Amino acid sequence: MTAPTATAPERDQPEDPHGGPAEAAVRAADDAFDRDVLPSPPGATGALLRSLLAPRKARVVLTVLLLLLQQAAVQAGPLLVAYAIDHAVPALRDDDHGPLIAVGAGYLLCSLAAGALQYAFIAAAARVNQDVLLDLRGRIFRHAQALSVDFHERYTSGRLISRSTTDVESLRELLDEGLQELVTVILSFVYIAALLLWLDWGLGAVAVASFVPLYALVRLYQRRAGRVYRKRSTAIAAVIVKFVETMNGIRPVRAFRREAANDADFAVLNHRHERTNGDALLEMARYVVGSRLVANTAVAGIVLWGAYRVADGTLALGVLAAAVLYLRRLYDPIDRLGMFLNSYQSAAASLEKIAGLLAQTPSVPEPAAPKELPPPASEHPGREVVFDSVSFGYRTGGEVLPRFSLTLPAGQTVAVVGSTGAGKSTLAKLLARFYDPSAGRVLLDGTDLRDLAVPELRRGVVMVTQEAFLFSGTVADNIAVGRPEATREEIERAAKAIGAHDFIAALPDGYDTDVRKRGGRISAGQRQLVGFARALLADPAVLILDEATSSLDIPGERAVQRAMATVLKGRTAVVIAHRLSTVEIADRVLVMEHGRIVEDGTPDELIAGTGRFADLHRAWRDSLA
Amino acid sequence: MSTKPAPTTDLAPDPAPEAAQDPAERHSTVRALLRLWPYVRPVRARLGTAAAIAILASCVGLVIPLVLKWMVDGPVADRDPAGVWLGALYLLLLGLAEALLFGFRRWLVARPLAGVEAGMRADLYRHLQRLPVAFHDRWASGQLLSRGTTDLMLLRMFLAFPLTFLLVNGVTILIGVGIMLVQDWTLGLVILGPAIPVMITCGIFEKKYSAVARRAQDQVGDLTTVVEESVLGIRIIKGFGRHRSQARAFHELSHTLRGTELRKARLLAAIWAVIVTLPEVAIGAALVVGAVQVADGALSAGTLVAFLSTALALRWPVESIGFLLAMSQEAATATDRYFEVMDAEVEADPVAEVEADPVAEARAAEGASRDVRPRGEARLPAAAGGLRFEHVRFRYPDAAPGSTPLLTDIDLHIRPGESMALVGATGSGKTTLTALVPRLHEVTEGRITLDGADIATLSRRELRSMVAVAFEEPTLFSATVGENVLMGAGEGAGEKELDRALAIAQADFAHALPEGTGTQVGEQGLSLSGGQRQRLALARAVVGRPRFLVLDDPLSALDVHTEAAVEAALRQVLADTTALIVAHRPSTVLLADRVALLSEGRIAAVGTHHELLRTNAEYAHLMSGLDGHGDDEGFQGGDGR
Repeated sequence: MTAPTATAPERDQPEDPHGGPAEAAVRAADDAFDRDVLPSPPGATGALLRSLLAPRKARVVLTVLLLLLQQAAVQAGPLLVAYAIDHAVPALRDDDHGPLIAVGAGYLLCSLAAGALQYAFIAAAARVNQDVLLDLRGRIFRHAQALSVDFHERYTSGRLISRSTTDVESLRELLDEGLQELVTVILSFVYIAALLLWLDWGLGAVAVASFVPLYALVRLYQRRAGRVYRKRSTAIAAVIVKFVETMNGIRPVRAFRREAANDADFAVLNHRHERTNGDALLEMARYVVGSRLVANTAVAGIVLWGAYRVADGTLALGVLAAAVLYLRRLYDPIDRLGMFLNSYQSAAASLEKIAGLLAQTPSVPEPAAPKELPPPASEHPGREVVFDSVSFGYRTGGEVLPRFSLTLPAGQTVAVVGSTGAGKSTLAKLLARFYDPSAGRVLLDGTDLRDLAVPELRRGVVMVTQEAFLFSGTVADNIAVGRPEATREEIERAAKAIGAHDFIAALPDGYDTDVRKRGGRISAGQRQLVGFARALLADPAVLILDEATSSLDIPGERAVQRAMATVLKGRTAVVIAHRLSTVEIADRVLVMEHGRIVEDGTPDELIAGTGRFADLHRAWRDSLA
Repeated sequence: MSTKPAPTTDLAPDPAPEAAQDPAERHSTVRALLRLWPYVRPVRARLGTAAAIAILASCVGLVIPLVLKWMVDGPVADRDPAGVWLGALYLLLLGLAEALLFGFRRWLVARPLAGVEAGMRADLYRHLQRLPVAFHDRWASGQLLSRGTTDLMLLRMFLAFPLTFLLVNGVTILIGVGIMLVQDWTLGLVILGPAIPVMITCGIFEKKYSAVARRAQDQVGDLTTVVEESVLGIRIIKGFGRHRSQARAFHELSHTLRGTELRKARLLAAIWAVIVTLPEVAIGAALVVGAVQVADGALSAGTLVAFLSTALALRWPVESIGFLLAMSQEAATATDRYFEVMDAEVEADPVAEVEADPVAEARAAEGASRDVRPRGEARLPAAAGGLRFEHVRFRYPDAAPGSTPLLTDIDLHIRPGESMALVGATGSGKTTLTALVPRLHEVTEGRITLDGADIATLSRRELRSMVAVAFEEPTLFSATVGENVLMGAGEGAGEKELDRALAIAQADFAHALPEGTGTQVGEQGLSLSGGQRQRLALARAVVGRPRFLVLDDPLSALDVHTEAAVEAALRQVLADTTALIVAHRPSTVLLADRVALLSEGRIAAVGTHHELLRTNAEYAHLMSGLDGHGDDEGFQGGDGR
């Protein structure tokens, strides 16, 4: 009769750390992203749940069927008690052992069936639950990967991660504990009510009547607890944010002696959570008292009336005994109903967030009919890039790049300079197809980037960015991201070409050093070198470097430039840099300002001129003198 | 997109720190849980009362069947309506008492237990803030977070339920069994039959189950890592078109997890099958035996009804023992995990560093007030003054014992008011060296003095009030721009200091933000570009007019124009501040009066930029990328092509 976690106490959902307080904190922006409420079409949550369950309809039906049978077996007990008292005992007095043997056999059968069915039910339900979770996890993962970089920049990593962890987790709790609990409770209510009505419609009617105040209580609790729980999850989210922020920023915390101030801030947040946590527990206490009072009063009333009628002779004693046994079972699961409501509420909120995420359409979709790049035009591996009347603005408005056209001949190395916000990175991202242009086309040897499937696109264009993220695994694994099928020799050759071999060889296990393990300290500059080795290994036709040398020292930068001149010779390259030393290797320089290309020429031409680049270059050379 | 590890409430253990836990796991559940006593002590009276009340309520529940028996055998059999009324009244009163007692119990413990949880969390936070930076290097914030949330929640639940109910259910079972045996000892024994087998099976399954559960937890952790990395590294994945290999890794892990979860579910199903079947069989047997006795007249019908009611009432306490023990096991693991962190030693200070310590407080205040006075007022003769490294040797505490230290022998003297640039190849230990000054890491050997005082003799509080730092990775906290910058100043700093600092760091953009310097930034607020964050971090470092300034590559994310403007303003600040500046580029080096070259764990050369450029080949190489002597003529053509 009881599911595994029967009185498992209420759990708080350590909720999405980015949800609640963000609303309070960000006053300025009225953006759906900032408030973490991505629009999802009405009914999307229900539709999502249905679409998850639909493929396993047969199993769901089987699970419910198993539970129906299991409950039938469990609820047969008291009925057999009634039969034993009212029929088997008198029969026994007449030396008729038949009924008693029947009762014994029936009870044994029911017990065994209840156990076996319980096993089958839990196993079947777990199968459904796990398949749903597997499906959902996969959908979120694939969808997040398919969404454009533009989306990722605005949605923030923390939110995306909590979608696929905490939010999936709260659905798991609902499925594992809540849902089967609810079905069990409802089924046992229905069964018992029906049995009571069948045993004696009067007693049954009183029991059914008691559902009315109970239902009111549940609704009341649902409303009140809902409020408290929302407050609590906001409170715990604030605690989590403060906690994580402190731990991630431990160096500045220590250096600026923030410990005491942080303790005080944390105490306030922690206390707020303590209050709401206490409130939630008290709300539960009230509900338990209320429902128990109703239940026990109902039991007393039914027993009174039943006993009265047994005394009258209008009711059999066995029926009263069975009714009393059923009543105990009837009211047992009310507490658990309260807990189910909690997990349902948090799961519904989570599902809604997930549905909102899944409703986002990738702004950089894969082509329906992918094309292939034409064979290289010359013996050089580089390809020609054409921006054909391209303009770009974010979907939220504001034009970043006004309409422009630009041709980069195959094999040319182009440096793009300009101040922050001039649009250099946007240009690079359009070329890498992290974004699609709002108007116009980006062509690679005459083929629109939008017509290329991902593998083909990445043979054509690879972009190395400033943040050289390392995946868990060895250094060699990380370099092999550039070309997974590369041999160890090729990996080492790439590392050597970029000047990363020496530091890698000096790590505890050389190329096999796990970057997340002890002793695997790798500085920002070294990480950038690993990033370059990846690019070298990928060997693309067009290479984009977006601030990819910012943490390197000058010799490191030189090694990169040497590698580009030798290993990547003949490739088309676009180099974005703050530092002019990077520009030295360029065949051509573009100076950007406010989204427009304001100067375009060879370095020597521009240096000889009187434009912005000439000014910058002079200032820089002075620093070396 | 934030590049720092994202906060997840991942409950999965991280392999590295968890490895240390194996021996801990061996010691018993009880011993682990006993460590909770100091936290439970303050609420022991309430908890004790609550347990007593719960026992009382359970006993009330057990009396109800007896009243039933009395009614069936007495008034009902005698056809006495008045007696029936009385019996029902008793039932009602007992029912009300049971409900109120259970409610009272919950009311008693609700606030105290929330308090215990909050207290433990506050202690954890407090402790973590004071653990060495090296500790934080090893532990992912997600791991620490799961200790501060999920684990503490498990502990609260343990105190609320298993701790009380293991006792309560034990007592209830004893009393119930007693009642049954008194009523009819044969029937009692029949009912009691499966109790022991049930407990034994529970014990066996529990062990298997907890092993599988642990494995599932680990696999969830691995899966979370893939998810985290696929989000944090999205640009690389997209840049190289590696969706498929990530998706494959995810697919494999999530399928493995599903398999483990299913195994877990089957074990659970088996436990429940046993728990459902055995007691039910016993009740069936009791029913048959009882019916025979009633037919023989050896037993009253009322007694049989009461007996079966009692047996039913006891079913729950017996069944629950299994999961109560499982919860205790989980709580014990959570306790171990919690104390794993709490047992790590905080940095000891020569001067006891306590917030309430008036001495430290006064010293810190003195330090702060000194800061407002003009620079160059050294306490000690200038010869000994400034920032001095004497034979400093440093090896990371987690490095292999025999390995060469990262810094072998650092000797460097920065005169009072002087600014020194620190130059070295990638990975030469520049950042590490700067971390030694505010004692974020402790020197392995040798000493560092500030105006003649060994930093090891200063309290960290005092030391850090004298030294301001700007880190390579500029971290802003969830607070307003103004608060973030003023963190670097002493008490009482206001608008004026803020404006000055923002002006120096060329961070005037802050005034143009939606709410000016009152705009929220950080994870919860407006996201700023790397260059903007770097400038705010710089403003934070200079706002308190510190005597010593440590800047780790403070201008790397700035474009050329901004860099030039910051440099101009920074020069004025540096004119009379003792400063150590990590630099990669000549433009940054030129901020400083002199340059020190860090090479192979030592300071290989000290001099002005131009001196070193002429005389030191390694320096010239680092600054210009050339192998020989660097002058700007040679540089132009010699880019290695």
